[in-house]
Amino acid sequence: MTDTPQTDGPMTDAIDARGLKVHFQTAAGLVRAVDGVDLTVRRGAFHGIVGESGCGKTTLARALIGLQSATVGQVSIFGRDRADWAKADRKGFARAVQFIFQDPLGSMSRRQTVGQTLEEPLQIHGIGDNKARRARVQELLDLVALPETVLDRLPRSLSGGQRQRVSIARALALSPQLLICDEPLSALDVSVRAQIVNLFARLQAQLGLTIVIVAHDLAIVREVCSSVTVMYLGRVAEEGEAKAVFSDPAHPYSQALLSAVPSPNPVTEATRPRILLAGDPPSPRNPPPGCRFSSRCPVVEPRCREAEPVLRPVAHGGAAACHLADADAHAMI
Amino acid sequence: MTAPIYQVEGLVIDLYTPTVSVRAVDGAGFHVAPGETLAIVGESGSGKTVMTLGPLGLLPEGVAVDLRGTARADGKDILAMSPAELSRLRGGFFGVIFQDPMSALNPMLKIGPQLAEQARRFAGLSAAEACKEAVSLLARSGIPDPEDRYDRYPHELSGGMLQRAMIALALAARPRVLIADEPTTALDATVQAQILALIRQIQKEDGIAVILITHDIGAVSVLADRVAVLYAGQVAEEGSAIDVLTAPVHPYTRGLLASVPDFRSDSASGTKEIPGIPPNQAQLEAGCRFADRCDRVQPQCNTRRPRLQTVGMGVVPHRVACPVVIAAEGIVTHD
Repeated sequence: MTDTPQTDGPMTDAIDARGLKVHFQTAAGLVRAVDGVDLTVRRGAFHGIVGESGCGKTTLARALIGLQSATVGQVSIFGRDRADWAKADRKGFARAVQFIFQDPLGSMSRRQTVGQTLEEPLQIHGIGDNKARRARVQELLDLVALPETVLDRLPRSLSGGQRQRVSIARALALSPQLLICDEPLSALDVSVRAQIVNLFARLQAQLGLTIVIVAHDLAIVREVCSSVTVMYLGRVAEEGEAKAVFSDPAHPYSQALLSAVPSPNPVTEATRPRILLAGDPPSPRNPPPGCRFSSRCPVVEPRCREAEPVLRPVAHGGAAACHLADADAHAMI
Repeated sequence: MTAPIYQVEGLVIDLYTPTVSVRAVDGAGFHVAPGETLAIVGESGSGKTVMTLGPLGLLPEGVAVDLRGTARADGKDILAMSPAELSRLRGGFFGVIFQDPMSALNPMLKIGPQLAEQARRFAGLSAAEACKEAVSLLARSGIPDPEDRYDRYPHELSGGMLQRAMIALALAARPRVLIADEPTTALDATVQAQILALIRQIQKEDGIAVILITHDIGAVSVLADRVAVLYAGQVAEEGSAIDVLTAPVHPYTRGLLASVPDFRSDSASGTKEIPGIPPNQAQLEAGCRFADRCDRVQPQCNTRRPRLQTVGMGVVPHRVACPVVIAAEGIVTHD
């Protein structure tokens, strides 16, 4: 059932997006949700996309797989043009790439039992006979550590953690190679969140998946992700290896975002220096000229309000879009 | 230690719907003194909101309630109060900040007049004074250009500004106890940090008591002097924030903290998980509520309900409801 997508070689990246823009025309004006993003996700990566509401992270995730059509730009998945692939072989594309939604209840039929929910993709793709499908459903339950007793239950009667496990199991039914997850942890309690995070990490190691996770819980991203993209107002502010970005963020926004996460240890919390940004993120309808972060940046310079910075290599080996950052040094706030 | 200003003891709250009855709070209690911040920590369904707001008559709608125990505000028995007295107490003595600002603000009215009305009614100001007070409350809550915002409707403000407006509304009656129910859950990281800093500043300036209801350990670590950890309607552990967060004793507290990663610590803390899910509070068994998820479980845990025992020698009593860990680790108790 491993259905390797045709690619131009095993070394191609899982995702390669170029110049992606998603603009929405609304009554109040043009919303530039994603406004010129290049994104590369290597095969086998556990990639986190972080940022605050309105930064475009969810829209980006949806645009990557065509759930949201892009205004401009091009996305390749495993070396194939995503739009062409989905048009030519929709089912094959679905077998390779799956999406997990923030709200598992909203993404499942309320009238289908867990068993039916898990079997449906197998039926649609004509995989196995009845018996083989049952066996596969059992396998999926084991994979996400759900007891067999949930098979006859409706999504409503499950706990939040169990529902998210079901939606993960359903996404895995067709043995995809790329999983894109939109805030899969936000609706969960702390102790359950840890269970699901560990489940993702285990699945990735076990199945060799590439996982992209949209999240606002930075501590968890640091814990499980291998690489990370920090977004601000529709643009990439910084990107790189997760541990490197977290230990030496080059963009002032990344620094402030990380500083905003309190330490669970009250002694550390009381003594650490803290950066408090003024104001809310501006509206993506009306981004400030020049650098989008210039209106809140504590180390802003006149040139920041004039020219928009492009991503350039920085000390930690990744890249940041800040006039004050290059491979040798960056601003510290 | 200052005498508590809001104190709840031996509280039992049963909630009934036509199909199920749930013991939401099961013999729990807490107290908070002026100038102190108490964090009540628990996961969804642990009863943290019901325990704090229930005695004030703020309970889910359409649910029959049976409430027993004692609750005193400023020495007065709340549970014996008439609805009118209770309503006055809620409006003036207590200020509540909710997770969703739109649940506190009227979308049809401008922000300023809503604040002024509150100040007039509960703080006893004249109309002109109340109007001035509203502007100064907006300014105090960190809202830029307060005169302009006075005339705005809630929908014209951003999420962070609305949260601030709700804090201003809660302060308008000059409360002595500020209850913040998940005040930052819906906010972005950088705005969260601002709101927590604002609550801390208000508390310092006014010396009021703050009760923070949350599942966010980070928020607890920023604000709390004392912490009570609630599990399935019972207090599992309570004490100073430093004792509970850095030297937890109860297996649930330990599990909860181990599931929260700290990216500033060098040790690969990992995200340890607590297996299983909280018990169904419609059919509670005797014994410890945490027994079936606990890695330290002993046969006695399933039959005997653990009581809170005082451990350690701190000024703030550190109390833990787990005789198993206390005995196994030779922790000295004294009560």
